[in-house]
Amino acid sequence: MAWIRRHLVVIIGLLVMGYILLPNLVVIAYSFNRPRGHLNIQWSRFSFDAWTNPCGTPGICSSVGLSLKIGLIASIVATILGTMVAFALGRHRFRGRSLTNLLIFMPMATPEVVMGSSLLTLFIAMGIPSGQMTILIAHIMFCVSFVVVTVKARVASLDPKLEEAAADLYASPAQAFWRVTLPLVAPGIAAGALLAFSLSFDDYIITNFNASPTSVTFPMFIWGAAQRGVPVQVNVIGSVMFLGAVGIVGFAQIVGARRKREVA
Amino acid sequence: MPDGVAAATVRKRPNWVPYALLAPGLLWLVVFFVLPTLSLASQSLQTGDVYNGYSLTWHVQTYVDALSTYWPQLLRSLMYAGLATLLTLLLGYPLAWFVAHRSGRWKNVLLVLVIAPFYTSFLIRTLAWQTILGDQGLLTSLLDRLHLTWALHGFESFLGAVGLGSGSQLLYSPFAVICGLTYNFLPFMVLPLYANIERLDLRLTEAASDLYASPVQAFRRVIWPLSLPGVVGGTLLTFIPATGDYINSVLLGSAKTTMIGQVIDAQFLRVLDYPLAAALSFILMVVIIVLVMSYVRRAGTEELL
Amino acid sequence: MADHATGDLRLSRITKRFDRFVAVDDVSLTVPEGSFFALLGPSGCGKTTTLRMIAGLDRPSAGSIDIGGTDITDLKPYQRHVNTVFQSYALFPHLDILDNVAFGLRQRGDKDWKAKSQEALALVQLPDVARKRPTQLSGGMQQRVALARALVNRPAVLLLDEPLGALDLKLRRQMQIELKRIQSDVGLTFVHVTHDQEEAMTMADTIAVMNAGKVEQRGDPATLYEHPASTFVANFLGQSNLLEARITGSASGGRMPAQTHGHDVVVAADRVPDGINDVWIGVRPEKLRLGDSGTNQLKGVVTDASFTGVSTQYLVRMPWGFEVMVVQQNDGSARATVEETVTVSWDPGQEFILDQRQDETAGAEIDDA
Repeated sequence: MAWIRRHLVVIIGLLVMGYILLPNLVVIAYSFNRPRGHLNIQWSRFSFDAWTNPCGTPGICSSVGLSLKIGLIASIVATILGTMVAFALGRHRFRGRSLTNLLIFMPMATPEVVMGSSLLTLFIAMGIPSGQMTILIAHIMFCVSFVVVTVKARVASLDPKLEEAAADLYASPAQAFWRVTLPLVAPGIAAGALLAFSLSFDDYIITNFNASPTSVTFPMFIWGAAQRGVPVQVNVIGSVMFLGAVGIVGFAQIVGARRKREVA
Repeated sequence: MPDGVAAATVRKRPNWVPYALLAPGLLWLVVFFVLPTLSLASQSLQTGDVYNGYSLTWHVQTYVDALSTYWPQLLRSLMYAGLATLLTLLLGYPLAWFVAHRSGRWKNVLLVLVIAPFYTSFLIRTLAWQTILGDQGLLTSLLDRLHLTWALHGFESFLGAVGLGSGSQLLYSPFAVICGLTYNFLPFMVLPLYANIERLDLRLTEAASDLYASPVQAFRRVIWPLSLPGVVGGTLLTFIPATGDYINSVLLGSAKTTMIGQVIDAQFLRVLDYPLAAALSFILMVVIIVLVMSYVRRAGTEELL
Repeated sequence: MADHATGDLRLSRITKRFDRFVAVDDVSLTVPEGSFFALLGPSGCGKTTTLRMIAGLDRPSAGSIDIGGTDITDLKPYQRHVNTVFQSYALFPHLDILDNVAFGLRQRGDKDWKAKSQEALALVQLPDVARKRPTQLSGGMQQRVALARALVNRPAVLLLDEPLGALDLKLRRQMQIELKRIQSDVGLTFVHVTHDQEEAMTMADTIAVMNAGKVEQRGDPATLYEHPASTFVANFLGQSNLLEARITGSASGGRMPAQTHGHDVVVAADRVPDGINDVWIGVRPEKLRLGDSGTNQLKGVVTDASFTGVSTQYLVRMPWGFEVMVVQQNDGSARATVEETVTVSWDPGQEFILDQRQDETAGAEIDDA
């Protein structure tokens, strides 16, 4: 009993961890399934079919391609815009600061369905046809705030004395920015960009409001397929993304931890 | 001379610099967030139809119609999101504590695993719950093997009795929807909590117990107040998107679990009743803003904004 | 570099205002080339702002700064041949030690940066840390790196902003000696800002004591200590007993009669400022002796005696209530006990005389060392 009490938080933590990971494990396991009918819900037979032919279902790979393309462009643009705003907020005094903060906060405090529908009304009112361009505009819009928040934290934690030291050591403001400030803020910018990419890649609701039948992203493809039965290839792509993310983030963490250990 | 004063003057650069940095980003938000919101408000007060066009007639009746028809869905959304937020807090707090203070050298691995599901599609993971909770799904099969089917039936009856289930199955019930919402937004709760809890000085509990506080009192009077910023951040990041979400209710729920997002989506994209849909959207936004503001004010952490 | 000027550093009527607050008020100073100069004062006295104006990090509101006659007032920090050792060190965390030290040299396009940087690291006795990161070093080592990073540029003036403040006492003593050695080795002009009077006196050739944005007194450590020009300097540098007194006659034989609370004393005539009769007679605690071996004698009761090892510190209450502090070396002479009535004495010439219109408590309540 005493043992359980002492380790209660560990036990609960591990159980919750299991809750978080269970669906991912199911997705991976069922990527090796060969379902009897359309529905990949019941286990039938082990098979590598989907893995050897990931594009086997019409439209799936083009939708992944479109999501990657939109995710990449949206995260790059949002990162540039957001980083600039973060520097202004973290480094400068100016009038209209609280208004700026409000404007950054609002998109994060607005449900996707509201943002998606309001953009749609704007596009309709202005006669702009839905498509890749409108999806891209929407994605950049909701990613900017997240980039600002991520980068601002990093900028704010930067010691202003370091820039003074650079100036003292003969670096002009531009040189100080490139040689000192930017390298130090870079991890925050990278984190913001990664977050923006995953938000964009994963978005269904806003995208759905602003897409056309010819601009089907990966989440839209899944949604459409979910009505009839999701092809096993979807599980394959989901597994690849999950394992890839674990691999990349894990690698970054290990490198970071090693550097930290050297430091300690 | 106060160092702060000295440092501040050096940072003062030509005055146009911050505005130049802000301009592109804020312009984007004004054109594609503020303007659409105004457009939404205007749309909600227009009359007409898709084929003949709309005109602004300040038709407030749309709001009355929207509320009187769809208040159950709105209320249900708030209830589901509230319950899911409470559950994510109950599950997320121990997890965040575990990762922050009890995981030792596994800390980084666990953090990766909390974040990693983000990178698998939201939809795929939600669909996986169909596999888990379905009638012949993983959970049923597992309990069947363990001869615990009676427990499952008991639980289903219990859910039916409290109005969270149909009484005969787990999937396609309010329980499944809340379960999915909780699952999907758990990382949004855990990360702010973790960031906050990791910085807590555990010696404070020792100090509290030295000052005659029992472990429960020490938690309530010292640790919990100090974790509040994380709790507020986490609940906002969970509650707001959960209220508007309809992926979970469509994939894991039934006609009886329809949430407000679903209604808006249908009115906009299928029924094409733009004014009604816009009015619903606008109502949802206002309701959330009011709730968030009063919550944040009560929690006393306006800094978070 | 816009200037390679060397020579004396001269501040001419420098003023710095922040909104309505005047941090530095019409300060003029000359720092001779190659000297070790300390700016000493309590926090908020304007010493750091003065330093930042020399570095170019703050612009003076009025006045000018020149090095060897070349005006540098309007030059940006990166345009002037002045380098700073920051209080927090401000080492670049993303660069290793060698890159930190070489930063200034490479910025100026010095091809020989590697050898010079290694030489600088050797000078501060850190030859083996070139490839480490700043966070891997202890505070004392980081301090040396910060010094090497500034030194390696051979600036016309090297500024040190409370560089030893973050170190523990023992390490601080060690670094004081080392800094002094390095300064005399390289022969650069050092301007050292500190609030620690002992540190300033140990290291500097010349000290300028600052208070409320002004320079109170400038001189070598011994002169400042023996002949403080104000009650602020008297109290801020060491301890002082200030006796309220009146000059009662004119000089004869280099001496002058005075009276403090009805007791006749004699003071050295050359210490008395011209034309002033109401004065403070200042006597340092170690100049006062227990017993009647000195010419000037006062009687009092011992109220406190604290033994500190090399010496004993007494508080002796005078008949008019004022307590003087006496520090007696533990050289075997008899010790007094509390409640004992004793005679306190000193010889003329061991005192300093200040105008009584000055605040006797100035600089005394500040003890943030």
